[in-house]
Amino acid sequence: MIVAGCDIGSLTGKAVIIIDDEIAAGRVMRAVANPKDTAEKVMELALADAGLSLNDIEYVVGTGYGRKQIPFVNQVESEISCHGKGAWWSSPAIRTVIDIGGQDAKAIKLDDKGNVIRYTYNDKCASGTGRFLEIMAEALDVPLEEMGDISRNAEEDIDISSQCVVFAETEIISLVNEGKAIPDILKALHRAMANRIVSLAKSIGIEKEVVITGGVAKNIGEYEALQEKLNMPLQMLKIDPQINGALGAAVMAREAVLK
Amino acid sequence: MIVAGCDVGSLTSKAAIMTVEGGRVRKAGSAIIRSRTKPQESALRAMQEALDAAGAAMEAVDYCVGTGYGRGKMDFVDEAVSEIKCHAKGANWLLPSARTVIDIGGQDCKAIQLDARGNVENFITNDKCASGTGRFLEVMAKVLNIDIAELSALSGKSRSPLTLASTCTVWAQADVIKHLNSGVPIEDIAAGINTAMAARVALLVNSLGLKNDVCMTGGGAKNTGLVNTLEGLIGSSIKRIRKDDPQLAGAIGAAIVAKEKAEEKAS
Repeated sequence: MIVAGCDIGSLTGKAVIIIDDEIAAGRVMRAVANPKDTAEKVMELALADAGLSLNDIEYVVGTGYGRKQIPFVNQVESEISCHGKGAWWSSPAIRTVIDIGGQDAKAIKLDDKGNVIRYTYNDKCASGTGRFLEIMAEALDVPLEEMGDISRNAEEDIDISSQCVVFAETEIISLVNEGKAIPDILKALHRAMANRIVSLAKSIGIEKEVVITGGVAKNIGEYEALQEKLNMPLQMLKIDPQINGALGAAVMAREAVLK
Repeated sequence: MIVAGCDVGSLTSKAAIMTVEGGRVRKAGSAIIRSRTKPQESALRAMQEALDAAGAAMEAVDYCVGTGYGRGKMDFVDEAVSEIKCHAKGANWLLPSARTVIDIGGQDCKAIQLDARGNVENFITNDKCASGTGRFLEVMAKVLNIDIAELSALSGKSRSPLTLASTCTVWAQADVIKHLNSGVPIEDIAAGINTAMAARVALLVNSLGLKNDVCMTGGGAKNTGLVNTLEGLIGSSIKRIRKDDPQLAGAIGAAIVAKEKAEEKAS
């Protein structure tokens, strides 16, 4: 059985091909002018990797913000369902998915088949999203990718009282002026963000195992802060977290064929 | 008797010197300055300017009350009192019929219900989120490269106010930049900013409930576009304060509290 999933976001397009029980190809590319072209192009790339043509694919599920404009899909599904299904496929013991992107954060609760039981998300407030870390990195003049590593050298515990990105930015500038060390401030920021994320996740009830996905998962300082706040081990996906949605879509395509 | 109030906020610091004669309280001098890095410096500076305006010396002040976010750091005051209490007293002096005060500060927003004597009955504040505070307007004015006063004037010229996609200051800022780059007229963007700001303030005010008359204090009261939009959203007219500068409400209120404290001590 050959199936595929295609996830068309606002910035990137992703495609995953599953042959029987294995991922045969997974591709990510920057979005081009319109979602239709992005979908066709990224699927072409994945098909080439797997040595297949579109006619070989039995069933395709589309997801993401551009899902309605993908010409070759048999079915469309929400991003939440696909993210849940993708994480479950990678690790069937997962019951809670915490996904932190650049502009939003989601918490998804799954049953033992990877179906969504409950979910919640924040896309209203920049606090608790990747943007929070981006703005702080800029204010402190620290490269975003190095924030996590630098924060591990922290020696002093500091508390950041502001949740709001705008107020927190002012607060850390005063901390710098007071002579606080950058690693200490970074650690405090990671903890402040973890508080925000964990309270979002708690609103749907956190159940083991918990996995973190999304770009922020790559920040080791944030990962550790979340683990500490959750007070339980936090898994990471073994695949590139960016293709998790497309993988979930492919898994749903597989289920549709098996029915 | 001469009393003084000093209100050190995050963006501006205010001081008021008041004289009390036969129960009548009058303003003798006041000052509004941009806050410095150190609250104690801001306090001293504002106080000195207000004293100069009143033609009085610090030694002549019988009682002085400090308020605002820097209130714990003024060494010349006799007492520090909460902003809520001072704003209510100040609004009562500025507009005795006021029963609801909406105060938009540099980093917070408050709605206060008060009685005929200026005592607080109920209040609600937002100091957690920059949206709906002076900070929101400040960030947006900076993006548009104008000052807050111009924002108000521009917004009055708009014929089709923009709807911003988000209340969050960070997201709204990105939205404003996008619209600016795509050539949306600046007055429509300014009006959209005022509308978003008013919507956030209205949410807070409506959760407290309104009693007439409603008035506005703080720097936000000077933004006509904001006041007009807010009236529509709370479904009530907002009485304009004409007796003195509404931004002085906290400092004037602090001076009035100082008068009450001094009288308590004397009796």
